[in-house]
Amino acid sequence: MASNQEEVKLLGATGSPFVCRVQIALKLKGVEYKFIEENLRNKSELLLKYNPVHKKVPVFVHNEKPIAESLVILEYIEETWKGNPILPTDPYQRALARFWSKFIDDKVVTAAWKSVFTADEKEREKNIQESFEALQFLENELKDKKFFGGEEFGFVDITAVFIAFWIPMIQEIAGLQLFTAEKFPKLYKWSQEFLNHPVVKECLPPRDPVFAFFKGLYQSLTASK
Amino acid sequence: MEDKVKVILLGSGFSMFGMRAMIALEDKGIKYEYMEQDLTNKSPLLLEMNPIHKKIPVLIHHGRPICESLIIVEYIDTVWKSNAPLLPSDPYQRAQARFWADFIDQKVYHASRRIWTTDGDKKEVAKKEFFESLKQLEEVLGDKPYFGGDTFGFVDVALIPFYCWFYTYETFGGFKVEAECPKLISWAKRCMQKESVSKTLVDEKEVYESVLDYKKKFVLS
Repeated sequence: MASNQEEVKLLGATGSPFVCRVQIALKLKGVEYKFIEENLRNKSELLLKYNPVHKKVPVFVHNEKPIAESLVILEYIEETWKGNPILPTDPYQRALARFWSKFIDDKVVTAAWKSVFTADEKEREKNIQESFEALQFLENELKDKKFFGGEEFGFVDITAVFIAFWIPMIQEIAGLQLFTAEKFPKLYKWSQEFLNHPVVKECLPPRDPVFAFFKGLYQSLTASK
Repeated sequence: MEDKVKVILLGSGFSMFGMRAMIALEDKGIKYEYMEQDLTNKSPLLLEMNPIHKKIPVLIHHGRPICESLIIVEYIDTVWKSNAPLLPSDPYQRAQARFWADFIDQKVYHASRRIWTTDGDKKEVAKKEFFESLKQLEEVLGDKPYFGGDTFGFVDVALIPFYCWFYTYETFGGFKVEAECPKLISWAKRCMQKESVSKTLVDEKEVYESVLDYKKKFVLS
């Protein structure tokens, strides 16, 4: 299904792992869209109009109809553009893919983030432990598959881009060893495979400015202690 | 035994998440076996079927577990497609349904829990957030009989179990939901006329008593 640039818009912010998820799905399915960079410190009228409930990115707009929340957007993209599917057809396998994606959001993203960007040391320790536990579950789930989706990457892999690209960055900033090849060999191998995939590679943000941004955030947090 | 009973639901007491799964099964007229779980002494079955979270609800179909209430409801809706669809067929409407179900989990659930687990300023903040989220949902409902439109749908299933918890929130919070959100109460009463809902929702006074017990046992302030 052809789309012209006017019909499909993505409101995002370079450096957001949630926005990146949507970009990967759109790239995989060959959907052309207009990317609108949002300044999250000075939210635009457009963002507030399209996502009045959460006022966050990503917001996906198709024919002026907005959709918010990255995983909801991924499901919509899957249902609207059928080429290169990211979810299996079997209902049980679909339920599993949704389960693991939710797990990544609920357990990995939050814990990994708080392992770095929390002022309180005890909180950080607690979250480091939780991150290890959560990553171990994923390591066990991956088994010997190339991707969580099997031979081709899918819904869970896309959701997990945070692990592949963002965790290595934030752990370097904080001097942590959360996600390493030694601790999680299968997951690490997966991350290299995923990041080097031609579709994914094109959607990743430039590392240096994103690293600098998070480093600045970390420094202001630790400085204010 | 499990081969003969194809659909099993692991649930517990007054969990609104367990109720979601049950309402979906009842609404579609699916035969299932309900197994009440003791969450203070988790059964080997629960630990085997949900080793990651060790929580309920868990739906077991053909011996395979599905976890997380909204994922379960969507699974039920997909597998038993012909009876009473819960999700709309239009992708945009489906996205809206998923968004609002997620909103209920993110906003309504957490704020409501803090109403009976906290005091003072924290409780007041929780009350404010709770009402803000309910009023938001009232706006979404508009003049429709259900969130699903003319028929009971995904968001209705996601929200209605909270109705039997309103009395608990009201008693701990010192307010009446009807005073702030009358439309939502009308909607809830409409849902209660459905057998799948009235059969599933627990008596509100029993919910309150169980919460009092829980607080005493776990010495929550």
